[in-house]
This record gives sequence, C-alpha cells and structure tokens, in this order.
Amino acid sequence: MMERRTFLKITGVAGILAAHRAPAFAQGTKLHLLRWNDFIPACDVTLRQQLLPEATKALGAEIQLETINANDLQPRITAAVQSGNGADIIMALHNWPHLYKSAMADVTDLAEWQAKEQGGYYAQSEQAVKDGKRYLALPWSISGLQMAYRRSWFVEVGQTTWPKTLEQLHQVGMKLKKKGRPIGQTLAHTFGDAPAWSYPMLWNFGAAERDRAGKVVLDAKQTVESVKFMQAFWKDACDEGALAWDDTNNNRAFLSGEISATLNGASIYIAAKRGQDKIKDEKGEPMVRDIDHGPIPNGPAGSWGYHIPFSHMLMKYSNNQKLAKDFLKWLHGKETFTRWFEVAEGFSVGSTKYWEQHPMWNKVDDAMKIYRQAAGASRMVGYAGPADAKAGEVYSKYIITDMYAKAVQGMSAEDAVKWAAAELKKIYG
Amino acid sequence: MKKPIAGGTNGAVVVALPHPRTGQTRRLTRFLENERLLAGVLLAPTVLLLGTFIAYPFVSGVWLALSDTSVGNVGHFVGLRNFAKAWDDSIFQQAFRNTFFYTFWATIFKLALGMWLALLLNRSFRGKRLVRASMLLPFIIPTVLSTFAWRWMFDPTFSVLNWLLFKTGFIVTKIPFLSDGVYGMWCAIAVNTWRGMPFFAITLLAGLQTINPDLHEAASLDGANGWQRFWHVTWPLLKPVTLVVVVFSIIQTFSDFQLIYVLTGGGPANATHLLATYAYQIGVATGLLGEGAAISLFMLPVLFIVVWVQLRYLRRLEGA
Repeated sequence: MMERRTFLKITGVAGILAAHRAPAFAQGTKLHLLRWNDFIPACDVTLRQQLLPEATKALGAEIQLETINANDLQPRITAAVQSGNGADIIMALHNWPHLYKSAMADVTDLAEWQAKEQGGYYAQSEQAVKDGKRYLALPWSISGLQMAYRRSWFVEVGQTTWPKTLEQLHQVGMKLKKKGRPIGQTLAHTFGDAPAWSYPMLWNFGAAERDRAGKVVLDAKQTVESVKFMQAFWKDACDEGALAWDDTNNNRAFLSGEISATLNGASIYIAAKRGQDKIKDEKGEPMVRDIDHGPIPNGPAGSWGYHIPFSHMLMKYSNNQKLAKDFLKWLHGKETFTRWFEVAEGFSVGSTKYWEQHPMWNKVDDAMKIYRQAAGASRMVGYAGPADAKAGEVYSKYIITDMYAKAVQGMSAEDAVKWAAAELKKIYG
Repeated sequence: MKKPIAGGTNGAVVVALPHPRTGQTRRLTRFLENERLLAGVLLAPTVLLLGTFIAYPFVSGVWLALSDTSVGNVGHFVGLRNFAKAWDDSIFQQAFRNTFFYTFWATIFKLALGMWLALLLNRSFRGKRLVRASMLLPFIIPTVLSTFAWRWMFDPTFSVLNWLLFKTGFIVTKIPFLSDGVYGMWCAIAVNTWRGMPFFAITLLAGLQTINPDLHEAASLDGANGWQRFWHVTWPLLKPVTLVVVVFSIIQTFSDFQLIYVLTGGGPANATHLLATYAYQIGVATGLLGEGAAISLFMLPVLFIVVWVQLRYLRRLEGA
C-alpha cells in the first residue's frame, strides 16, 4: 500500500504545499482569445495548431481560441462588457476600441514597446486604438482592400490596364455589364467591404464627414457629386443584387465567374491560388492566372482607400491581466507574428511599416505585391475629424453606406446627402 | 403506540397517547387550512420566477431607457430624452412603419391561409394524419435554420428560385428578392407567413372540431350554401378562438427579431428594419444601451393597446 508521504511526493502535492502556492497551471490561468473567422482559414489553423500550443508551453497557461463571424463580434463585446465576463482578449476591427474604451485595460506600455520594436504604426492603426496618450488596444494587423479583377475580361472590352480614374472604371464597367459580367460591390450592412467601398467614395471626391474642427461638412457639393457618380456607376456597371451582399458574397460571386471585379481583401486571389485544381475559368484554366488587383481608381480629389485596422483589446474585467499582457507581447512580437504573417500571404499586413520589408514579399505572386504598401494610402472613419467613439457610432449605424444605398435605390442624390448629414449632426452634434 | 392509562385496571381502557409529531402536523394542517397563506405558498415559486425572469428584466429595461447608459459606462437619468431622440430618428421612423406593415400583412396572410388550411384539414381524406403532422414542420424547425434556408433560396447571386424561374422562361432578369427594399419586405412577410401559418391552422382546426356537425346539417336543410354555412355558422363559433390566435400572432410578429436578423439584417438601407432589429443594432451592436432600450420600449404601448382592445372585444363576445 502506498504511504501518504510517497503519494504526496509522486503527485507533486508536497512541492505545492512547500511552496505555499498553486502551480501556474492550477491558478485558473486560462486565457480566452476571441477573434473572427479569418478569411484565410490557414491563419486560424496556424494560430490554433501551432502558435497557441507553443504559447501554452511558454507561458504555462492554457490559451483558448474562439472564432466567430466578424459581424457578430460587436454584439459579443457588448455582452461581455455588460456582464463583466467573457473572453480576456477580443479582436477589434476599425476604431471599435473607442466605442468600448471604459472597458479596455491600458496597454500603452505594450503598444509603445511594439511601435519601438517594429518601427512606428501606420496612421490608421494608431488612430483606431489611441485615445489621447493612452492606447486602448494593441494594433495587430491591417487588411488591405484592393479591387480584384479578371484581366482577360477587361482586355476583351478593350481595357488592357487597370483604369486610372473612376470615370474610366465606369465606362469599362458599362461594357462588362452588357456582356453579363458586372462589377460586384456590396452596399449592405456588413462589416468590411461596404465601409471600405463607401468611405473612400467620399474622400476621392473631396468630401468628408467632418472638418478638422469636428464640424459636420457632409452636406457639400462634393458629396452630392460622389453620390451621383455612385448612382450612375451602380446602374450602368454593377450587379444590383449586391445591396444584399455580406462580406462573403463577392468572394463567391467572383470565384464562380459571376462578376468581373470587386473591392476585396486578397482572399479571392489566395482562395483561387490554393484551390486552383477546382477553381477554373470558362476556358478550364486555373482562374488565379487571370486575377489581378488594382487600387480604387482616382476620383477628382485623389485615390484613397480604407484599409481596415485590426487590434487586440485586453478587457478590463479579465482576471488575468499580467498573463494576458505576457501573451500579447509574445503573440505580437516579431518572431511569432512573422509566422502568422507569412501564412496570410499579404491578406493581412502588419500594423507597422516594418512588415513592408519582410522577405515574404519577394516570394508572393506579382498580383499580390500591391498589398505590400497599400496600408499607407488609407484614411480613417470620421475623417477629417478624429476616429473617436462618435465616428464609430456613425460606422456602426452604416450611415455613410446607407447614403449611397438609398441613392442607388431611387432617392435623389441631394436628399440622400441631406438625410445622411442630418443623421451625422445628431451624432457629432 | 398504545398504553394502559396510568392507574387503570387490567387494561380495561386503552387510549392512544399523542404521537411526538402530531403537534407539528396539526400546526401544518392549520397553516395549510388558512387559504391566504396556502395561496401565498403555492404562488411563491411562480412569483419568484416571474419576478426574476420577467419583472426584473422589464424594470431594468425601463431604467435603461431612461438613462444614457452605454456599453461599459454607468448611465445617468436623462428622462425621456432617448424616446425623443428615437422619435426624431428617420431610421426609427422607418422601422416603426415597417413593424406595423410587416405585422399587419403577415397576420392577414397567416389568418387567411391558416383558416383555409384548417377548413381543408377538417375534411376526411386519405393520409389526413400524415398531412396534419407534416403541416407543423415549419413551426417546429428552429426559425434561424429555416430562415437560413430561405436566405439561400433568395440569394442575390445564386437564388434557386431565380434559376428555376429563368429556366422555365418566366423571367429574363433576376428578381431582386433581398436586394430591393420592397421585395425584401414582402419576402420577409412570406417567410413569416410560411413559419406562422401552421400555428393558425392547427388552432383553428381544434376550434372547428368543437363545432357540432348538426348545426351545419340544419343549415344545409335550410338551403344554405357553403359560403353561407361558413359565414353564419362556422365563423361566429370560431371567432373567439380566432381572436386569441390573432392576439398571440400580433405579439409575436410585432416583436419579431430572428427572421429579419437572419434574412436581411434590416437592409437594404434599413428598408426591412423592425423595432426589434433596430433596437438590437443601436443597443447591442453600437453599444448605446439606453437608446436601444428606449426603441424596444416603443413596442410596449402598441402591444398593450392591441391586446386590451382585442381582449375587451373577446369578453363582449363571450358575454353575448
């Protein structure tokens, strides 16, 4: 029969008793990380199967990853904050950290460390998470959005290069739509593609939500011009069913040959490349060979994009603040991030310019190289005012997107702009 | 236990001594015989449950609606400001109108089709039981699942309905089922009707089966045709059941959330938002809990008036 002393020794309980504290694993050290379902599933696989098990070993704590639809993240954050219970770390898009700032732990120390280690943030990454001098969340990545298009279809209608202006895109889109190959772009209530299309439409016509002083300036000639362009472009060149698309519809429509171009992250190209045995064009060739990318063409005031910043929010209610910070430092550090970044193949880029110099860019296909520096040509929601909580409210209510959606459904451009400006004034004051 | 009385002779008289617990039992019996106390005891679990799951959330909702609470921030009392803001909000106004439109037409269709189905199922035919059971399927399948199936059928790009209509030559261009506000609303009404009609049919069928066939026979002998028999015999007897079903349906449809959330998300451009989905977008997605609660509370007086009017009418019917 085993003696009491032997039992304690074998099970390690004697050591615990001697140390007067529980071992790291028994202290309830379990971290819960909540993120979206990545558009590059391999990124989630890498996190789940490689990086997080390594973190578990390195930090002596179990890291649990939960992934959900990106459109469901905001409701989950609200529920977690109000109940004071939920994931320790939650991924945020856009400038959401400003909406939930009272529930965020201060991560200024980590953010300053990361900026120092990786050479300073892109403007939108910093604006998305910085409130005065305090960092509300830790910048993670940026999803660059470019227009994926079918090269051969554009050539067939006489367009051998990517259009330089929005008007050229309109003209070539008309020809494509007549051939049953419209441009596909959502104007629905969906988290990424809709705002990434509608906000730059404002900026590229010289319009803005607010001026630098914070005054609403949406009701302007430039906005009306922008909306009028969208009305004509929509009718002449676009798949009008896209008013009901979410962020996945354009991927499916493009890959099944229903549309000729769409503003998107690089997920279309990457899916076509990884599935080239199955995803073929009408000639039976792998479709990936016919896909290229271009930026949103120039409007009268230039070519801006909205490349979406992602961050990790450490929740104030978490009982594992120290561990969570250790984990974030480990995950965001160059050594770990580079492994995730390489799997993303350009769909996600870093939050700092450091990642533009990464050797991965020498290996990616030519069609993907445009994503390398895309993040630098971005403005932020709320422009030209700060990307504060009110700008987040405007985004969450889809007011800018709805302004265009109302206009393409028949409302006059002037009325749509007046409606949106009135809604903005109620929010911005 | 039985013992001879002390001092008794030869056990001539034997009586029962009080059991040690008899006193407690008497007290309990006395307690239970008090009707007011007993009622309190029996009602307590229900009151507790209702208080926890109905009254507390409701009172919290009212408090939220009167405060400027936002996610992560403790609210302060702001009176009716949230209600005034909502009333002035054009998206709210649209959602308010949509809610009435959606409820009105969905209820009309559910009633008409449910009644028609109930009358059909009240007849005798082969496989009647199977048909009756299968009719309940839309009601049994979780709404989220069935609505996802409808969403795929209405998909803007890959709609099987569009494909079918195109292949059979009925259309030459796609029908914008969910990408046009008007179509989107009618699609939502159609799905709601599909889902809710079995509830009407099965309840009305139960009502139909309580009607004495002699009444129909007598009406037939008097020369009444089918419509006259329905209007003068069936309908008056079915009216109380119908009113109850309509009240339930209005409550459920007016506060519908799942179907719109899954099918259209309130889009395009808020064209299909209902009060419940807009309250969710403002309160939960945007984090403005006070404003979201105020929007959802707008449903309360409307539903209260509807229920009150209908129940009053029902009482009058029963009294007549």
